[in-house]
Amino acid sequence: MNWDLFPQFLATGLLTGGIYALIALGLVLIYKSSRVFNFAQGHILMLGAFVAWWFTENLGWSIWLAFGATIGVAVLVGLLIERLALRPLIGQPILATVMMTLALSQVLQGAVILFFGANQRSLPMMFPLQPVILGDVRLKLNLVLAFGMAMLGFLLFVLFFRYTRWGLAMRAAAEDHQLAQSVGLRVPRIFGLAWAIASVVAIVGGVLLASISGVETNLAIIALKAFPAVLFGGLESIPGAIIGGLTVGVIESLVGGLPQDAAFRALHLGDIAPYVFMLLVLLVRPDGLFGLKRIERI
Amino acid sequence: MTWRQGESSPCLPFSLSPCRLKCMLKLNNIEVVYSDVILVLRGVSLEVGDGQIVALLGANGAGKTTALKAISGLLRTELGQVTRGSIEFDGARLDRLGPEDIVERGIVQVLEGRRLFAHLTTEENLITGALSRRNGASVKRDLEMVYDYFPRLRDLRGRVSGYLSGGEQQMVVIGRALMAHPKVMLLDEPSLGLAPLIVEEIFQVIKKINQQEKTSLLLVEQIAQAALGIADYGYVMESGRVVLDGPADKLRDNEDIKEFYLGLTQLGERKSYREVKHYKRRKRWLG
Ligand SMILES: Nc1ncnc2c1ncn2[C@@H]1O[C@H](COP(=O)(O)OP(=O)(O)OP(=O)(O)O)[C@@H](O)[C@H]1O
Ligand SMILES: [Mg+2]
Repeated sequence: MNWDLFPQFLATGLLTGGIYALIALGLVLIYKSSRVFNFAQGHILMLGAFVAWWFTENLGWSIWLAFGATIGVAVLVGLLIERLALRPLIGQPILATVMMTLALSQVLQGAVILFFGANQRSLPMMFPLQPVILGDVRLKLNLVLAFGMAMLGFLLFVLFFRYTRWGLAMRAAAEDHQLAQSVGLRVPRIFGLAWAIASVVAIVGGVLLASISGVETNLAIIALKAFPAVLFGGLESIPGAIIGGLTVGVIESLVGGLPQDAAFRALHLGDIAPYVFMLLVLLVRPDGLFGLKRIERI
Repeated sequence: MTWRQGESSPCLPFSLSPCRLKCMLKLNNIEVVYSDVILVLRGVSLEVGDGQIVALLGANGAGKTTALKAISGLLRTELGQVTRGSIEFDGARLDRLGPEDIVERGIVQVLEGRRLFAHLTTEENLITGALSRRNGASVKRDLEMVYDYFPRLRDLRGRVSGYLSGGEQQMVVIGRALMAHPKVMLLDEPSLGLAPLIVEEIFQVIKKINQQEKTSLLLVEQIAQAALGIADYGYVMESGRVVLDGPADKLRDNEDIKEFYLGLTQLGERKSYREVKHYKRRKRWLG
């Protein structure tokens, strides 16, 4: 690597990592509260990008209005998915929920193509495109602001989780469903809330990404970046989601930035590296870097 | 003292019934089945009067916890079902309701084994007990109430509850139940695994809660003497049935209970209550 470019790749990696972190947060949240791994997370994100596009294109809304409305749609989508697809599976083997979220991903993909078409679209820009120059590092302002939004979303969630009644209910239910029911918490509603929030963060990530790189069905693949991020950070860890997301972004950017000849370039090492790294981490720490330690006291 | 045989237990004589004034909770001959095949309760009837402490005693596996879960509705989280009989609370049927609705109506179960939200702090655990209530306003006042009952918890409020000592954890789970302002608290073996001194302390607080908050209690215990010490009335279960019941002071003096719970006969072997009962019946015949 050309070491002069190191800070540049590092910074770019962190910026994309911020969005991965947001998507990872959704995965962690659903897993933590209901032990369901949501393979459809990327497809929810893609759906959000198309819905936002539809609002701007067909209703003529500004991107920010469309963004807000799409968040509303996200809440509905999350609640509906939980109510119709996952709630009937409560108490069923884990495989049933895995198959269900995989099926969901296909249904969402089909629905998007059916309603919005498979063409690539573009969203109006959310942020101006000027470059930001910090010493040797040149960054695009829209990436920096999108990162800022992602982190703001993350922060809002953490505050909600820590300091509100609903957040407390979610943390309690995440630990022990039966115990939560014994103190009168309505656990299925809490699952619904987790899905709603997870959809919102996915869709916020989706709209941010799409306003930078366009709206297309391929957006769903971005979730493949969030998977190593959550496994790396620990499936149940919220700090793990952010660290995992940023790490994946940085690794991808640094490895992608290595000088390579054409044959290597075709391998897309930058895409593969996070997985290799994740495998190594899992070999040493099977619960991920921040996997929850069970508190055992005899 | 009322003797019972199997399911055809006679009605309690009015004067001896725990519901002398007003019946809070009433189990009418309930049968409980797990996973559609495992019959665990075979016709259990019991009553808890308004403001009373009722002890539910019995050996391991007798079905005490199952009886509590039938009342609190948690049975369904373990594929259990009330297949016969009915459960009445404040005049309404409970056995069709989910656990959350039952908590809202005023019955809270404190689960066996000091079950905490281990990663939450002491105070957060306590607050979860109040989440089911509609008005969040009085949470602060209720926390103070719990800290008055268990002063030790005040200093531990910010601690991660999973690392508290066993006695402290037991205080947290009772305090958490108290936060819901229950009319009836179902307590499952609060003495489990605790040193005698702490057990004594906790039982005193239970009695105090009963007197000051007017909370009725159904108290499952292995340490019969301690439970009968604070209870008004007691039931003894064996193999899914109530085999003996009566006012607590009468049960306390009962030789069979002593023998059964102290556990050792002269030969040094454990006896089943059934054997004691046979022995007693024979004695009565012969006498
Ligand atoms: N979820 C379940 N599924 C099947 N059987 C169960 C279940 N829970 C309890 N049982 C069985 O029901 C019987 C009564 O159990 P229960 O826990 O009610 O007894 P207990 O009186 O509380 O005993 P202990 O004093 O040991 O706590 C036991 O034989 C137990 O194996
Ligand atoms: Mg038990």
